Amino acid sequence: MPKTIAEKIFESHLVDEPFPGTKVLRLDVVLCHEITTPIAIDDLVRRNKDRVFDSTKIKAVIDHVTPSKDSKTATQAKILRDWARRHDIPDFFDIGANGVCHALFPEKGFIRPGYTVIMGDSHTCTHGAFGAFAAGIGTTDLEVGILKGVCAFRQPKTIRFNVIGQLPTGVYAKDVILHIIGRIGVNGATDRVMEFHGDTIAAMTMDSRMALCNMAIEAGGTSGICMPDMTTVDYLWPFISDEFESKEAALAEYGKWCSDPDASYEQVIDIDVTNLEPTVTFGYKPDQVKPVTELAGTKVDQIYLGSCTNGRLEDLRIAAGILKGKKLAPHVRGILSPATPKVYQEALKEGLMEIFMEAGFCITNPTCGACLGMSNGVLAEGEVCAATTNRNFMGRMGKGGMVHLMSPATAAASAIEGVIADPRKYL
Amino acid sequence: MKTFGGPALFLDRSDINTDEIIPAKYLTEITKEALKPYILEDLKLAGFDPKGETLKQARVIVSRANFGCGSSREHAPWVFEVNGINTVIAQSFARIFRQNMFNCGMLAIELPQADLERLFSLAGNDDARICIDIEAQSLALDAGGKTEEFVFQLSPFDKALVMAGGWVDYADRNY
Repeated sequence: MPKTIAEKIFESHLVDEPFPGTKVLRLDVVLCHEITTPIAIDDLVRRNKDRVFDSTKIKAVIDHVTPSKDSKTATQAKILRDWARRHDIPDFFDIGANGVCHALFPEKGFIRPGYTVIMGDSHTCTHGAFGAFAAGIGTTDLEVGILKGVCAFRQPKTIRFNVIGQLPTGVYAKDVILHIIGRIGVNGATDRVMEFHGDTIAAMTMDSRMALCNMAIEAGGTSGICMPDMTTVDYLWPFISDEFESKEAALAEYGKWCSDPDASYEQVIDIDVTNLEPTVTFGYKPDQVKPVTELAGTKVDQIYLGSCTNGRLEDLRIAAGILKGKKLAPHVRGILSPATPKVYQEALKEGLMEIFMEAGFCITNPTCGACLGMSNGVLAEGEVCAATTNRNFMGRMGKGGMVHLMSPATAAASAIEGVIADPRKYL
Repeated sequence: MKTFGGPALFLDRSDINTDEIIPAKYLTEITKEALKPYILEDLKLAGFDPKGETLKQARVIVSRANFGCGSSREHAPWVFEVNGINTVIAQSFARIFRQNMFNCGMLAIELPQADLERLFSLAGNDDARICIDIEAQSLALDAGGKTEEFVFQLSPFDKALVMAGGWVDYADRNY
């Protein structure tokens, strides 16, 4: 029987079906960060079950608030750090080596096609870019994942998105996903897997696919998934070259995780991006989107480049391309948080950091920072931010603050003008 | 097993998100109890006061579609739990929030829109109470001297989690 990628992964990882429609899956990777994991650790200790199912399958990072900003965040970091040491978790990333989880873990080669991945973080759907079933979960699911290596999910239903056409100049994966969320709404994919197909996706880099899958949760999606292809193999090659004779052999192996052509879907949505415009949110929900031309001129106080959506090298290159030789508008503050140390280092080598600094940006260490108003870059009451992040909820970046979500290009153009601006005139 | 039902608080809006339920700045706490004062602190809704008596008394929250969207933070169900709220009734839930509720042994009940409209129309009183019978999968709203009953669906797995007191205990027994 033809199957979708999620159905194939569910079938191959099934541990138990305690009730019809409820599947308990074996986990390949359990990702952890310092905000949602410490309470799970504390509870395991309290239950006298301070164990991990497999220390090599657990990956942990301190990323949301780092370096610690106060005694409480220092305690959270300490709990995670001590736990990682206690259980000899080899892949633990602390200050100096740490970066935003959904950028860092893929960069380390931890995610492979066909994997099951969970993390106590809603944007875990990012990892679906590799053809994995990756889902955000809460602390209790995380706790069971750490202890038992399993997680329960409902049998997935899948919405297939056929995305076709060449992206116009100035239009990126971020604009595509904002457009899709605008079209189906913030709960348009609740309890659904969002499968991305079509020549637009095939032409996308892994950085772009991650930006796309990252925001599946903003439509309620359990996971966003792209089919593994040669782009996936090329990205993973430094990590898998010992496992396969050639890239073609890797592709043949990973190809078995692609959805069958005749798989059945709950819904199929066709999207032609040929005439898509740069897209920006205007309200407090990520489905409130408009073409940039309709919002151009809206005053902003802060520009934020970074986050698990758009803090990767590709994003920095795009923004720097627009900012080269330009300055921030006098009244705006620019903050750049490269997502990982590697992104930071590569950007330095390429001269991008010089461009950002010349433009007047403040460059922070890799961290989640302003995105969720927990760390550096919080907005004051009444302030507005043009951000490459994923969520524009009321007060998200600070009480009384307003966030407009957009691509790195649109954010860079907005930085120059001090108002929401169309990036196409700079390209 | 926890007990369910009690005085109800009606939040008449869709898409109430986890940032509104418990702002991210409080995620630095490492105990559930520490979250208690910050419940629904950033929710802006006509007639709703996060410091008011109705919220203090509430054991059940009734809201609209897509309740709990946004973050995976289990702090959202926890801030309800430490404030004595054991049940959320809505037209629909975001997946992670909903699972977190059951994983904590709490109830996230989905009702069809027509039933919710009926609940909201009857609830114009501060004395609204909701009694819940899990076995019968029914709930009764008691408001303004009138009582009305509704039935709800509960998947066998969700019910098993509630009976077990949550997912950790369930998983511990079975895996």
